This record gives sequence, structure tokens and C-alpha cells, in this order.
Amino acid sequence: MNILHFVNAFFSDSARWHGYDGIPTRVAEHIEYSLLALVIAAAIGLPVGLVTGHTGRGGNALAFIATAARALPSFGLLVLLFVLMGLGMLPVMIPLVVLAVPPILVTTYEAVRSVDPSPVDAARGMGMPESRVLLQVELPEALPLILGGLRSAAIQIVSTATIAAYVSFGGLGRYIVDGLYQRDYEKVVGGATLTALLALLTLAVFWAVSRVAVSPGVRRSA
Amino acid sequence: MDSVTKRYPDGTVAVDRLSLEIPDRTITVLVGPSGCGKTTTLRMINRMVEPSEGTILVDGVDVQKQPVNTLRRSMGYVIQNAGLFQHRTIADNIATVPRLLGWSKQKARARAEELMERVGLDSSLAKRYPYQLSGGQQQRVGVARALAADPPVLLMDEPFSAVDPVVRKGLQEELLRIQGELGKTIIFVTHDIDEAIRLGTKVAVMRTGGRLAQFAEPAELLSAPADAFVEDFLGEGRGVRRLSFFPSEGLDLLTEPVVADGATAEQTAAAREASGAPYLLVTDGEGKPLGWSEPGSLPGGSPEELLPYGRPFVAGQDSLRVALDCAVLSPTGWAVAVDGTGRVVGVVSQETIGEAIRGAHAAGRKADGAGRKADVAG
Ligand SMILES: Nc1ncnc2c1ncn2[C@@H]1O[C@H](COP(=O)(O)OP(=O)(O)OP(=O)(O)O)[C@@H](O)[C@H]1O
Ligand SMILES: [Mg+2]
Repeated sequence: MNILHFVNAFFSDSARWHGYDGIPTRVAEHIEYSLLALVIAAAIGLPVGLVTGHTGRGGNALAFIATAARALPSFGLLVLLFVLMGLGMLPVMIPLVVLAVPPILVTTYEAVRSVDPSPVDAARGMGMPESRVLLQVELPEALPLILGGLRSAAIQIVSTATIAAYVSFGGLGRYIVDGLYQRDYEKVVGGATLTALLALLTLAVFWAVSRVAVSPGVRRSA
Repeated sequence: MDSVTKRYPDGTVAVDRLSLEIPDRTITVLVGPSGCGKTTTLRMINRMVEPSEGTILVDGVDVQKQPVNTLRRSMGYVIQNAGLFQHRTIADNIATVPRLLGWSKQKARARAEELMERVGLDSSLAKRYPYQLSGGQQQRVGVARALAADPPVLLMDEPFSAVDPVVRKGLQEELLRIQGELGKTIIFVTHDIDEAIRLGTKVAVMRTGGRLAQFAEPAELLSAPADAFVEDFLGEGRGVRRLSFFPSEGLDLLTEPVVADGATAEQTAAAREASGAPYLLVTDGEGKPLGWSEPGSLPGGSPEELLPYGRPFVAGQDSLRVALDCAVLSPTGWAVAVDGTGRVVGVVSQETIGEAIRGAHAAGRKADGAGRKADVAG
């Protein structure tokens, strides 16, 4: 019995393709959790990173918070929050967001900091208001790096979102958790393979986004 | 600028009680060694740096009394390496200030195209991105961008220092041309004294510590440096460089030693007789120079027998410096003067140029003396 055999068996079983435990449902759930976590993390990390990067203040505090957040084990946090808050979406989302904010925050900060100072100086010298300097000069020039930060955050979320299953939510973690419990290794391998495929899909989506969003004038540096 | 001082928070005094009256519609150059406060001075004019003391007036209005972004949009700003927006096309870069001022897209685009032409950029570059342009082209875009909203004032901080000497010379000529066409008030920072002398109607030499050493026209700077620092900063060849400011107009050009190719022996002999000059310049049928004929030999032989005439100067248009240079480079010690179309109008010896130089200096001294007397009287 090798892994490829498991994979083959998992995907060729037609029963796996329907129902509440079917592949489409689980994939959709997984994408839903991941997207929600990414949106929340970006809503926190991007503005804070952009503003601190623009003003250059708070870099040390940022680095400290990011390191601290990275030291927290996601699974441990999930269990702790589950015990404290009971069953719910929040104990699942918080560890995912905590996981994703540091890479977004730190790369955004660094990306804005590392923008060539001369166009920024020229923009100010031409009478551009600060908000436009940030959004129309620094952001587009820093975009390749910022997208890189979002991408690594997204991939970490996709692979870590499997933990939702431990607190009886869905997603691809369901196959892994249930499979381990039922000693159904075909299911475990299938779940892991789907998670990996989803991570690859994430990469592809980010590639496409950067083709569209990043100006050809700065793309070559990406 | 009235007694302007800038002290940075760390205590560095970058500019020290600087007072300057910058004339309208001319190029004023700020020049001095590295760290003498040129950039700081320039940036105080558009309030990129706020002065610690003193006031800066533009057309009689204190810059502090205007909203900072309105002030900056009324002044073009060009920096070293151009500082172009990498994510915007050339046309969009140039249209930046018009768009900030709320012009429509079409109007801004039309303006960008017009400016590209003005600074000598091919319109096919409009859709390119900055990284696809050479350094010199990028610098032109920088100038076009600064001119976009037609500001009366241009601030330029070492705009041409990152390009090679040949491209730099082209850009300098272009700037002089644009200035001639548009009559902008330009304040230009450089650490290159030759560039300062080339471009400046007036030149402010600054010394380390942010003090003004001398504020004068280039010719005066070269003839009468205020002190040892300025003299040292001007460097070698001050005397010869000063000749750039004397026109070759009044030079006594001799026409006798010029003979057409194929002249008869008698004509040649007559020419030698009349001019008393040792060499004769032979010209072709159109009056363009062919070369010098040596004493004794007859013109009309093959051109190989003629001595090369070197580089001619354009009479009346080139300076005495160019005329002298031509004479020094010529194997005969005589310079060939031509008109705008390259036809010979006469020849002149080193000695005659020397006399003209002495005459010009004497006239300069007289004018200087008169000026000084007027100052005292006033
Ligand atoms: N933001 C700053 N904080 C502290 N000191 C500064 C600052 N900017 C400039 N200085 C100092 O002020 C002095 C003048 O600087 P400035 O940039 O005006 O010189 P500069 O004449 O333009 O020199 P360069 O030819 O090298 O560009 C220097 O001693 C510099 O170190
Ligand atoms: Mg400087």
C-alpha cells in the first residue's frame, strides 16, 4: 500500500463527491474559513503596516509584537480559547488571525520602508498630500512585496485551518481528524492532499492577482 | 531670502543667516562644496525644510503664509536621479501635478505630450515605464514633470549630476533653451563650478557652514573672486575660462591671406605681398576652408600639400576663448573665422587675439571701476 494508492482510492470513490461530508462541501468550508481569516488579518495588518511604514514610527514595537505572536502555537491557542469560550467560530478564527497578522504586518512595514525615497521626496515636493503619497506612490511601489506577505500568510492559513475540525467544525481537517479516529488512512491522505492542492491554488491565485494589480513598471523587481 | 538660518534638531547649522535676492526669469545657481547647505537652502523655498529663522518671500509673499501644498504645486521640483514614479507611465508621471490640480484626464494627457516635445523626448516613449528609459531621458522626464503645470519657479537639485558629461552638456543646453523660451525663474543647485558658470545668470557660492561666500555674475566671479575660498573653489584656468564671456565680435579679421583654390601665381604673390602673413589660407569654390599653404609653395597643388586648418570658429558668435583655442590648435598659429554657413570670413593670429583680450580686460576694469564709483556715490 503506498500513498498514491490511497490518493487514488480516495478520489475515485464516487460517494466522496456528494453530501455534507463530500469533497465539494469540505473544500468550500475550508475556503470560507481561510478567506475569512485572511480578510480579518489583512484588515488589521495592512493599515497598521502601511501607516507605520509611512511614518517610520513604531517599527520596534511592531517587531516585538510580531515575534511574540509567532511564538504562540496555533493549536495550543485553539484549545485554550475553546476551553475559555466554548464552541464557536471565534476560537477558530483567533488562532488563524494571530498566525497571519505578523507576516502581513511585518512585510508591509518593511516594504513601505524600503521604497526608494526619491520618488517619495519628489511627490511631496510637487505638493501631494501625505495620504496620496502613501496610497499613490508608496503602496504601488511596495505592492510586490506586500502581496508576497499576504501570500505567505494565506498559505499558512490554508494549512492551519485544518485545526477547525478539532472543535467539530468542517473543512478539510474533518477528513484528517475523522480518518485518524477511524483509522481510515485513505481519508487522512485524501484530506492532506486536498489541503496541499488548495495551498497550490492559493499560490496560483496570488500570481494572477499580482499580474493584474502590480504595475508593469515595478513588476520586474518582484 | 532674508537672513535665513536652518538649524537641524541635532544642532547642525546647515544654513547660516543667508540673504539672497534672486532675480526673476533668470537662472540662479547655488554652488559650493558638499555639505555646505545648498539642498537645505533650496528645500526651504518650497518648505520641504522649515527655516529656523528668517523669512523667504516669493513675489513679496512670505512662503510661510501659504498652504504648503499650494505653494509646492506652484513650483516645479526636480531632483537628482529624477525620482520618477516607477509604477506610472512617462505620460502619467508628467501629468502628476496637473492631475493634482484637478485637470481632466484628456487635458493632462495633451499637456504631457506637449511637454515631452518641449524637452526633446520622442512621443513614442509616452506609454513606457521609467525603467525602460536611459538616465538622460529620465532626467528630461523629471524636467517635463516639473514644468507640467507651468509654474513660474523651478527648483532643481543637482538634476544632471548622475549622467555622463556628454549627456549632461546636452541637458544643460536644453535647459538654457527652455529657459530662453519660457522665461522661468530657476534656482539650480550643483557642486560643479563649470556647470554653475555655464548655466547661471547669477551664481551664489556657498561655503561650508551654510554661509554665502559670493553672489555675482559668472564673469565677475572669475575676474574678481571675493576671497581665497572662492578663488580656490573656482579652480585652475580661471583666466582662460573667463574669456568665454568676451565675444569674438570685435576681432580684427584679415581677409588678404585668403585665396581661392586655383588662383594664379600673380594673385598669390599679390596676396602674400598685401598681407605680409607667412601662410595663405586656401578655400574651395564655395569659400569653405581647405588648408594653409606654406610660405613659398604655390596653392593650386593637391590638397595633401596644404597644412590642416584645424577647427574654425564662428565669427561674432563664438567667444574669444573659442577663437584662442582655435589659434592654439592650428599648426600655423592662426585661427580661421567662418560665418554661420562655414564660409571663411577671415583669419586671425594669436597675437591679434592676445591684443583683443588685453583690450577686453581693460574695458572690463573700466566698467568695474565705474560700477564701484557708482556704488560709493549711491
Ligand atoms: N535632516 C538632517 N538632519 C541633520 N542634519 C542634516 C540634515 N540634512 C542635512 N543635514 C546637514 O546639514 C548640512 C547641509 O546639508 P545639505 O544637504 O544642505 O548640503 P548640500 O550642500 O546639499 O551637500 P551635497 O552637495 O552633498 O548635496 C550637512 O552638514 C548635513 O550633514
Ligand atoms: Mg545636496
